[in-house]
Order: sequence, then structure tokens, then C-alpha cells
Amino acid sequence: MSRITARFAKLKAENRAGLVTYVTAGDPNPDVSFEILKGLPKAGADLIELGMPFTDPMADGPSVQAAGQRALKAGITMDKTFDLVRRFRAQTGDQETPVLLMGYYNMIYQRGAERFCKDAAAAGVDGFIIVDLPPEEAGELKPHAAKAGLDTVLLTAPTTDAQRLPAILAYASGFIYFVSILGITGTKSASEETVKSHVARLRSQTALPIGVGFGIKTPDQAAAVARHADAAVVGSAIVDRVKAGLDDKGQPKPDLLPGVFAYIRALADGVRGARV
Amino acid sequence: MNVLNSYRGGPDERGHFGIFGGRYVAETLMPLILELDQAYTAAKADPAFKAELDNLLAHYAGRPSPLYHAARLTEQLGGAKIYFKRDELNHTGSHKINNVLGQVLLAKRMGKTRVIAETGAGQHGVATATACALFNLPCVVFMGAVDVARQAPNVFRMKLLGAEVRPVTAGSATLKDAMNEALRDWVATVETTFYCIGTVAGPHPYPAMVRDFQSVIGNETREQMMAAEGRLPDTLVACIGGGSNAMGLFHPFLDDPGVRIVGVEAAGKGIETGEHAASLSGGRPGVLHGNRTYLLQDSDGQITEAHSISAGLDYPGIGPEHAWLKEAGRVEYVAATDDEALTAFQLLCKLEGIIPALEPAHALAHVMKLAPTLPKDNLLVMNLCGRGDKDVFAVAERLGVKL
Repeated sequence: MSRITARFAKLKAENRAGLVTYVTAGDPNPDVSFEILKGLPKAGADLIELGMPFTDPMADGPSVQAAGQRALKAGITMDKTFDLVRRFRAQTGDQETPVLLMGYYNMIYQRGAERFCKDAAAAGVDGFIIVDLPPEEAGELKPHAAKAGLDTVLLTAPTTDAQRLPAILAYASGFIYFVSILGITGTKSASEETVKSHVARLRSQTALPIGVGFGIKTPDQAAAVARHADAAVVGSAIVDRVKAGLDDKGQPKPDLLPGVFAYIRALADGVRGARV
Repeated sequence: MNVLNSYRGGPDERGHFGIFGGRYVAETLMPLILELDQAYTAAKADPAFKAELDNLLAHYAGRPSPLYHAARLTEQLGGAKIYFKRDELNHTGSHKINNVLGQVLLAKRMGKTRVIAETGAGQHGVATATACALFNLPCVVFMGAVDVARQAPNVFRMKLLGAEVRPVTAGSATLKDAMNEALRDWVATVETTFYCIGTVAGPHPYPAMVRDFQSVIGNETREQMMAAEGRLPDTLVACIGGGSNAMGLFHPFLDDPGVRIVGVEAAGKGIETGEHAASLSGGRPGVLHGNRTYLLQDSDGQITEAHSISAGLDYPGIGPEHAWLKEAGRVEYVAATDDEALTAFQLLCKLEGIIPALEPAHALAHVMKLAPTLPKDNLLVMNLCGRGDKDVFAVAERLGVKL
């Protein structure tokens, strides 16, 4: 059983949804990024999405774009991203919290899908969320990911109709990521009613857990999603807390880590209290 | 038994030209891209759509564009007999209108109520703003802030035509960033908005669709050359940024083995300096903007900035069909530097009384090298795909002239 599947099984046993936290690898620099990563489970993250910075993040809003630029400027590379995960597993001893790499396919394609999957698995990565890899193109990644024991979490959107969904489900493992709005990360938010109806629609088609993301900014919004989905994904709002912890020269202030962790704790409390 | 292979059969139904092309986009867009594919396939088969487009091309855009024998340039270079396909004489001043009229007609047919576009030099933006004015559709054009500054006349033209120009400051603030921003807008507005892509790139069906709309250039050239010389041309030359004018000229000739075909990328300050926009000469395959193609990038796959004096060629990628034609060996791809293009630009002004855009000035720079090596009976066609009015300020600055 993969770490992702095991984690959702545990959440189900606890009768609660999970909190998936997105941070950008190397933001604001590789050292502070590692401190953030290390502290996420203790702050309440049930699963971790680690963004692979890309120069041209076409599905991301201003917050995640800026985070990627900070990280690239501070010298993040794919090797250093794998190293962050390797050190996370080694130094925290955490062998249960799943870490997913999120980003764009060119990072994988340049290394070669086979080698990328081997390197990722060796570092302690559990799966991928690749924004620009719809099922039409997922065939060249899936066999290598499966061989390396990595889950491929595919995205569904409000525009994904019943005809199309089976093609996505054929490639999906770990969980299904429902993009709750039409748009880029960190912009609009979906209503609880919308989330509820889409989650119900997805549940009728798949037994996979369902994570919902894009536009969740507050503990209340996270709780609303957690009442219906198996996990709430928060990204841009966390990345904004990282930015808020930087001084006007872009250097981390002492309150960066406490600020980020306090916010995640509030989100986690929202998620954990949702079904009580 | 030998099987006759066609170079014109691509892409396959999923939009692949060999390993290139495809549909690498966010899931939110996928259903709409499939819908676009169906709508385009239906439109292509509909005689009424073709009739309406042909009517607009003839009476609004001014097609066919002339095939002009450049006698003085031919004499000066002392080799091949040089013809220009004069797409700079189209309404709006470049070949871009050919594609835009097709796409905006399709947008109307699909019931879309808003059109967005990306632009580099501004030629595609102006063409899109023009068609949207004609069809009374709101139009938003995304343009890198750097390009907004260096193509000021075109920015004003777009505004006069009623379009909103949104400067893009993200990334390198040039064409690739404008395309990112257009895709970001589209993913949020996809139910009402038609994305009018300006070149033979992006997710399928765009590369094939834009090529089909631009193929009017090559189809006319065939007929006009038959009328003028009684035979097909021997050599075709066109500049390449994303590659739409080149694909439009080349595609109808790909299966004529006697026709030598040459694409000219922008070598900027020189390929060896790393400051260039020549994805085929200086890049390698990768995935960006919905398709797999040759890209300028580092070893991790981060996209590197292109450099060219021409904003229209300043793009770190190229249409996927060009990538495939390079690997298939059917088309030769070469590059011309900023300085070579500037020299060609000035030569054409003085010799033929034509001020070319900086983009086809790159093609001309290669013609200046190639034509003298060819016999006098070699019929060479260069696509003069845009006029240079928009570039006179940038050229003056580059030549140290104060206006």
C-alpha cells in the first residue's frame, strides 16, 4: 500500500478529511524551505505537495508564480528538490506523511520519465500531480511511475464531463484532485454547494479519495470543503504567508516560520473540526 | 516495394507530428480543446464556412497577395531569380490576418462572445483586434511589457481598433509570458472566450488549424508561379519565430521533392553567444505552451530567454510541425543574426523600395547568402510576410539615428 493510500485509510478511520499543504520547493531559499517542509506535519499537514518551480507556470496565479521565481532566484534545481525530500525523510524520521511533487511536465521530460521516477522514489517522494499532463499524454509517465511505486494524481475540473472522466480514472491513483473553480491557483473560491455536488458526482464514479483545491484561503473554507471531500488542498494562501515573512529585501524575518505554521495549524483545526 | 511517404499527413488524431505536438494543457481546458477540435473539423468540411472565409480574404484582406519578381535584388545578388510573396501588402500589414479571419469566424460559429490573443511584435494582436472590430467582439490582447515598449505604434493601433492591451510583466515580459498570461485568462473564461493563437504552436488543434489557414500563402504561390514561369519554384525561404508564415508557404510544397525549403530562425547576437531565438539550431525537445517541440532551456527544463532584435521572432519555442520537419530532414533550418537582418532591411529599402518588417528581414539575410550560390534559372520565393512601418523607430535607434 502506498503512503498516500495508507494516509487516506487512516483519515477515514479517524472519520475526518485531511489537509494537503502546498509549498514551493526552495521558497524563499533552499534552507528556509527545508525548515518549512520539516515542520509541516507537526503543524497539521496530512499530505505535502512540494511544488517544482518552473519558469512558465501557466496554470498558476500570481502567488505561486512569485514563489517559483523566488526559489529559482535562490538557486533551486531539481536535484536540490529531491534532496529536500531525502533530508525530510532522514531528519524527521517521518515515513508516513506522503510527499507529492507538483508541477509541469517539462521537468520530468528533461530528466526522462524513467530516471525521474527512479530519482523521485529514491528520495522518498510518493507521487506526482502534473498540471499540464492530461490523460491524453499521461501514457508516457504512468508505466514508469507505477514501476517505481509512485502514485499519479490526476486533476479533474468543473469542465470534466461524464464522458471524459473514465479516461482520467484509468490513469489516476492515490487520490483524485478536483480543481474546484475555472481558473488558476489562488484566485476565485468555489461555494460549498458547488464542491458538494461535484464531490458527489465524482464519488459515484470512483472509490479513490477526493481532494479539492484551488481558492481555499481560510480555515472556514477549508472546513467547508472537509465536510464533503476527503482532503482540502491549500497552496497560494500558504505561499502568501511565506511571502509575508520576508522583509523588503526578500530576506526571511524571524517570524516567517511561526507565521506559516500558525496559519497551517488554523487550517488544520478547521479541517479537523469540520465533521464534529 | 517503395511506399510513397507524405510529409503532409500530420498530425495524427491526437495532434502528434512524430513525437512533437500533442495536448499538454490543464484539465480545465481539455474538454474545451476537444470541443474546438470538433468545431474546426466541422467548419473545415462546411462549404459555407469556406465561402465566407474566402470572401473575407479576397475583399477585406486583399488576397491574393502578389508574387513579385524582385529584378533589382536578383541582379544585385547575381544568382537565383528572386520572387517575393508579398504578404506584407495584406490588410493590417502581415500574414497574420489570414489566420485570424479563420479563427474569428470559427469563434463566431462556436457562439463565443469574447476573444483573447497573445502578441509579440504586435502584428497578430493588430490582426486580431481588426477582426474583432469587424465582428463586434470584445478583444483582449496580452503583450509582454518589453514588447509594449518596443512596438508602441502597434499598441496604439490595437487600442484604436477597440482592443484592450494588457501588458504582461511576469517572467521575461515578452511573447512567451504573454502566451502564459493568455492561457491563464483562458482557463478562467473558457466557457465564453475563444483563444486566438497567432502561430502554429499551442495544443492540438492549433498547430494544424493555423497552418491550414496560412496555407493560402503556399497555395497561391503554386498557382502564381505556374502562371509566371510555367513550373514550380526551386527554393522557398521564410523566417521563423513560432513559424506560421513559413508553414503557410512550405506546407503545400512539402511533397514536391524538387522544391528545396529553408526556414530562417533568429540568431540574435549569434548562436554561439547564447543570446538568440533559434530553438531548432540551439535548443532541444521539451514541453511548453501545450505542445512538445524544440525549446531554449537549461538542463532542468527551465525555459531560457530568447533574444532577437525582432519582437516577432523573440520566442524560445517553435511550432511542433517544424520540429518534426527538421528531424525528418525535409526542411533545412538556418539562422540569421540581428546585424545580418538589419543589413538586409536597409538593402531592401534602397533596392526595391520596400520597407520589410524585421522578421522577414531575417529571411532576406539568408537569401543574400543563398541566392548568389544558385544558378540564374533557380526560382526562389521568399515570403515577405510583414511590412516594416512598425519597426522604423527600433531600427532608427539601433542605427543611432534620432527621430
